[in-house]
This record gives sequence, structure tokens and C-alpha cells, in this order.
Amino acid sequence: MSLQKAFRDPAAAKRLSAAIAAITTRPWNIMEVCGGQTHSIIKYGIDQLLPEGVNLIHGPGCPVCVTPLEYIDKALAIAALPNVILCSFGDMLRVPGSRQDLLGLKAEGADVRIVYSPTDALEIARKHPNQEVVFFGVGFETTAPTIGLAAYQAKQSQLNNFSLLACHVRVPPVIEALLDSPDNRVQGFLGAGHVCTIMGCGEYVPLAERYRVPIVITGFEPVDVLHGLYACIKQLEEGRFEVENAYRRVVREHGNPAAQQLLRQVFEVVDRNWRGLGTIKHGGLALNDDYRDFNAERRFSVDAIATQEPVACRSGDVLKGLLKPSECSEFGVRCTPEKPLGATMVSSEGACAAYYRYRRLQHG
Amino acid sequence: MADFEPNCPLPLQYDRIVMAHGGGGRLMQQLLDTLVRPVFRNPVLDQNHDSAVVEINGTRLAFTTDSYVVKPLFFPGGDIGKLAVCGTLNDLAMSGAKPLYLTCSLIIEEGLPAADLQRILESMQQAASEAGVLIVTGDTKTVDRGKGDGLYINTAGIGLIGEQVNVNPSAIRPGDSIIVNSDLARHGIAVMLEREGMNFEHRIESDCADLSGLVQELLQNGIEIHCLRDLTRGGLASALIELASASRYEFELGESALPVREDVRAACDILGFDPLYIANEGCFALFVPESQTEAALSVLRRHPLGAQSLAIGRVKSACSQGRVVLQTPIGVGRVLDLFSGEQLPRIC
Amino acid sequence: MCLAVPGRITRISDDNDPLLRKGRVDFSGIVKEISLAYVPEAQIGDYVIVHAGFALSLLGPGEAEASLQAFHELAEFQDKQ
Repeated sequence: MSLQKAFRDPAAAKRLSAAIAAITTRPWNIMEVCGGQTHSIIKYGIDQLLPEGVNLIHGPGCPVCVTPLEYIDKALAIAALPNVILCSFGDMLRVPGSRQDLLGLKAEGADVRIVYSPTDALEIARKHPNQEVVFFGVGFETTAPTIGLAAYQAKQSQLNNFSLLACHVRVPPVIEALLDSPDNRVQGFLGAGHVCTIMGCGEYVPLAERYRVPIVITGFEPVDVLHGLYACIKQLEEGRFEVENAYRRVVREHGNPAAQQLLRQVFEVVDRNWRGLGTIKHGGLALNDDYRDFNAERRFSVDAIATQEPVACRSGDVLKGLLKPSECSEFGVRCTPEKPLGATMVSSEGACAAYYRYRRLQHG
Repeated sequence: MADFEPNCPLPLQYDRIVMAHGGGGRLMQQLLDTLVRPVFRNPVLDQNHDSAVVEINGTRLAFTTDSYVVKPLFFPGGDIGKLAVCGTLNDLAMSGAKPLYLTCSLIIEEGLPAADLQRILESMQQAASEAGVLIVTGDTKTVDRGKGDGLYINTAGIGLIGEQVNVNPSAIRPGDSIIVNSDLARHGIAVMLEREGMNFEHRIESDCADLSGLVQELLQNGIEIHCLRDLTRGGLASALIELASASRYEFELGESALPVREDVRAACDILGFDPLYIANEGCFALFVPESQTEAALSVLRRHPLGAQSLAIGRVKSACSQGRVVLQTPIGVGRVLDLFSGEQLPRIC
Repeated sequence: MCLAVPGRITRISDDNDPLLRKGRVDFSGIVKEISLAYVPEAQIGDYVIVHAGFALSLLGPGEAEASLQAFHELAEFQDKQ
């Protein structure tokens, strides 16, 4: 549609980057929280339009990166069982667990399938009543309602051969954890637009006030990202620290009430381990007691799997902007995109993989 | 910080073959370079082109083979049979050859409806006769139910290369224009949207077509073709990255100039795909000297398969490893990199 | 994260349970059945933002145009300075 195109318009992008240059008087460290924004920044080269000193820190908003190793291992353990069809989003299939990934397991004969939507996995369960169908659901508050509805529908229709391995994470607690870190360098945030589409802007107000940081809810087209950066830098330059919505065409102040209600119905807030960052208090969502019969961790007794991440990985420091990937002693030595030690090398939205490729192309 | 291609996430080294090893990306290159090429090494194989060029009694022949596996067997715009003929004809045409003869080997899974097989064979025959080639020999094997996706087809082909013709990555020169004959990414998206569990309604047809006639038109009109490359698995980006690294030049492309249909682009947006990396089956990249750009375009545009031909980029200076730089719509240059394997629908 | 794209609702099939409400959504020629569980207010002709088979929000064309207009004014302001 034409509106979408308007937000990819080179002329609008140039205007905004000129406006950013005009208001910037000193260096700023800004974190884009969401992997989708990182994707856009890299795909379009938005960082190259910014004035010297405006430093973008790629945040932990790629669910593929932050899903803890133990959940990948749980998914692998379930998928390896006889009579199980494991479904997930395409991007989860290449994430390495301790020993292999789901694609590798599929090559060994496991029935692992890519679906576009969690409700497609429900369809597969209905079509294969004699097999156990498990959906491995990851993602932020944006994706949780889609998986929540699959659980709701399974319960309503008593679809007993369907269950969920749900590993959802929540954005505000991780922002708080980053800001709480004594050596935090992030001065402003671009908030994740589609997370706020569900949750609204309210959760971020206390964070902006308490830590005195601007949080600008931002979209994903190049013009959206530049708009978010402009609004964030303007606040920083003027000494303001507010929650601002730069994605009004999609995000409403109070988010999506129907989706929030379903989240409350199906999930409970739990502490959750984030790959690379450790345990984040209230940082995750898990199926609540009403839905325990649909919890694949219980059904297949994999709750005991607890994998430790490699200690050598310092991706947490990279995610906080404290360490440049190339400063890590394991970088490019024991840790490469083909053999990653941790989150930021797992996904090429991650900063380490980005540095690795960039350096290779520069000197190669 | 922008010289890389996001591709979330990157894989382990595998001790077994995975699907991505056939996906046209980095893993496939690794498989070929570390396992296949070292075993068979010889000067003809090292030409590293869509078909091998061999000389017999002073006559130059293009010689190629390809196996076709596609799910589903019938898709909008074609079927596995048409694909198996056109794909091999195109591999021959990319050497500038005029295709002459094809072979046809069938690996049939027990249970395939005979009517389906007949439809596929007729479709092969139709594509072959439209191209003026004969299917002259073949083989049939059957495998147990569950050991194949209905039908696999292998075709091999030979074609004749004219005397003055030298279409080869090593003929690429600075200043060359890079032309495509059609819009991008249609085949890969048409097939993907038909896969089980996708449930999309759409009007996207595969671009599956025999390009050898179009190539012969160029040659007969005296266009000096430096290089041709079929933009199949891995799409435009992978083909150009391979050619840039083979020829050791920098190629420059303008992203805004790349022809992609609205609905194809929408499908890519939904699934999180980059159309630059999606397979085509009736689309080539053509390298001609800059002075011949307009002449080549006007020959191409007279042909139904070239009506939408466009110059999308050019060859710049020499560069140690060769690379492809994409000018993004907001005017920033980004170096394109190979994907690890096939693109998978993503949520992030 | 969270890839989501806009599309236009062309048909709605209601269900007794509002969480099972579905619609056909047209994305520039690609059509898919999408859950409307979270946009109970959506009508035929509305644009919605879709993620993993679910409409998450109605797209406000008025707000989009207002943003674009604001960028334009921003540029004029910069030019004058």
C-alpha cells in the first residue's frame, strides 16, 4: 500500500537525517531495543546517515538471540521423541543448542515443521490426532498473544494432542536491568513499536522518570527509525526524558486491551533467564496453572533440563554497550558465526556477528 | 557498520547434510568447495560455470546436468516437468550455447498417480518442442513409498557454442552494464506460497521459462555478451556475489531500480524474505559493454521473455576479493553477503 | 523483533466467541485468513497490522498522514534556519 511506501521515501529520510544533524551538538548513545529495528538500520544503512558521535547500541530485542540455551535443548529433547511433530517459526530452527540445532535434528529424521502462525500448528494437530503436536513458541509481548490464543483454542476444543513449549520474554524488565547496571552507557531508547502495539506506552513511563532517559516508541520502516532517532536526540539535547510515541499510526496509548486480557488469562509473569544477560526478574511469561495440561515441559518431563551457558561469553557486556565485540578475547578465535559461544554471535542481528562480517569484508 | 546482511541466525558446521546445503547460500558453497570439487578436480570443472564447455574435434559443446526436486509437483505457472526442461536449457544457454539434446531420468515414488506422471511428461515434451530440442534418452527408477516426494527428475543436456561466442565470468570487464530480463523472485515465492500450511491465496505464477531463444536473439543481433548467469537458487544476490568473486570486480546495484512485483514484495514482507535472495526460473543477469546497453535492451524488449528488461547496475573497478555493493533506497552503500542457506519464514 | 505488515480486511466471518473471529486480509494481492481476535472493532475495508497470522492493531491513515506532514514541516523549518 502507498502508506508503507511513504515511510520508505528517500526524500523524507534525507529531510529527517538533515534535521538530526542540525539538532545534534554532542555524542549520544542510543539503544534500539528491537531486532526488527536493527534489521532495518542495517538493511537500509540508516546508521551511515547519522552525525559523528551518535552511537547506536543494538539491544537485546531479537527473541532468537535471547531464548536461553536450555529452551533450545528442551525443544531438541521433545522433537527427538517418537510420535512428536515439533512446529516453530522458521528463525528458531537454526539456533544452536548445546550440541546441535533443530534443522540438524530434522536431518536425522525428527519431524520438525515451520509454520507461519501458531494457529497453523493447531491445524496440524487436528490433522494428526494420533501424534503429539508441540509448538515451540518464543518472542516478546507481540508474539505471546498469538501463542496464547493457540493455547486458548486448544483448551476450548479439548485438543489433547497439542501442547506448547512457551518461552516468552517481556521488554520493560530488561530495559530496567540494563539501566540498573552500574556501568550503563545507554542514554536514550528507541522502544519496540510492535511490543507497544500490544502493551501500550504506560509501562515505560516510570522507567523514563526514574532513570531520566527518553524512551521513544518507534516503528520499523527507515523513515520511522529516523523519526524515532530525531525525537530521541531532541529530548536528549533539551534535557527532557519522556515516553514519546513516534509510531502513532499503529501504537495506541493503552495498547491492545483484548490481547492484554488474553495474556492475563493464559500466562503468568515469571523470572526468566535471557541468553547472554542472565536471569531477569519478571522478565518472562509462562503458561499459568489453568493451562498446565498444555505445557509441553510438563507433558514430556523436560522441565529438569538446565543448561549452563559458556562462561567465556561476554555477550552481556556487548549488549550493554560496554565492550566492543572485537575487544573480546574469544572474538573470531573460539567464537565465530559458525561456532558461536553466545547470543550476539548466534544471530547476525547480534553485534558480534555484525562486527565479524564487517571486518571480514573490510580486510578480506 | 552497515556492510553485512542480517540473516538470523547463523548455523553450526554440520556433520550431516542439512536442507540448507542445497539452498544456494554459503553452506552450499562450503559443501561444493570442501567436499565435491576437491574430489573431482579438473580444468573443465574449474570453469565454475552453469554448464561445462568441452571441445571435441574443434567443436565447442556446452554440457550440463541438473536434478529437480520441488514441492508441490504442480505449482502456479508450471510443474516439475517444465522446470526440469527449462532449467537445463537455461544452464546451456548461459554459456551462449544453442541447446540440442536432453536426457530425462525419473525417480518415482511408489504411489504416484499415473495421470500425474503423464501430465508431467507431456509438459516436458511441450517445453522441449517449443525450444526445438529432443529428449533422446533416459532412465526410470522407482523407490518405496515415503522415500521420495512423488517424483524427482534429472535432466542433462548438450548444446553447440558458436565460433565467436565467449560467454564466461572471465570476460566481465569494468564498465559493463548488468541487465536483467524480468522481474525478480516470482518462482521462489509462487512455490513457497503453495507449500502445506501456508494457506495464502494469490495470483503469483512462477516465471519458469526457457531462455535459450532469448540468448540466441542477442547473439544473432551481434550483442557482445560478456557473461550470463541464471538467477536460480539464491536469487540475484547470490549469483552476482559468485560472479564478483570469480571475476574480482566490484559490482554496483541500485536497490530502487530492481524490478519486483508489488504482490511478490508483499509476500516477502510477510515472510521476512529478501527478494534479492529468492529463486527465479526465467530470469538472467546479462553483462554487456556499456556501449551496447541500449542495443541489448532493445533486442531483449522485442521478445516476450524480455519485455521488462532493465539495466540494474554496472561493473566498477577491480577489487581484491570481488564484491557487490547495493545502493539502498535511502542512498547508502551496503556490501551484499551470501546467506547461510535457504531463507526460512521468520518472525523477527 | 516482531515482523508485522499492513493489509486490508476484505471479508469478516463472525463467530459466537469473539476470540474466534476471522477475516480475509489482502496484502497488495496476497490474501490470507487472519485472526481478528484482538481487533474486535475492525470493519471490512480497515487496514490492520498483522503479525504471525494475527491482526494486532488498526492502522490509522490519519495519523500516518499527520506524521508525513510533520516531516515536511520539519524540513521547511530547517531550510529557513
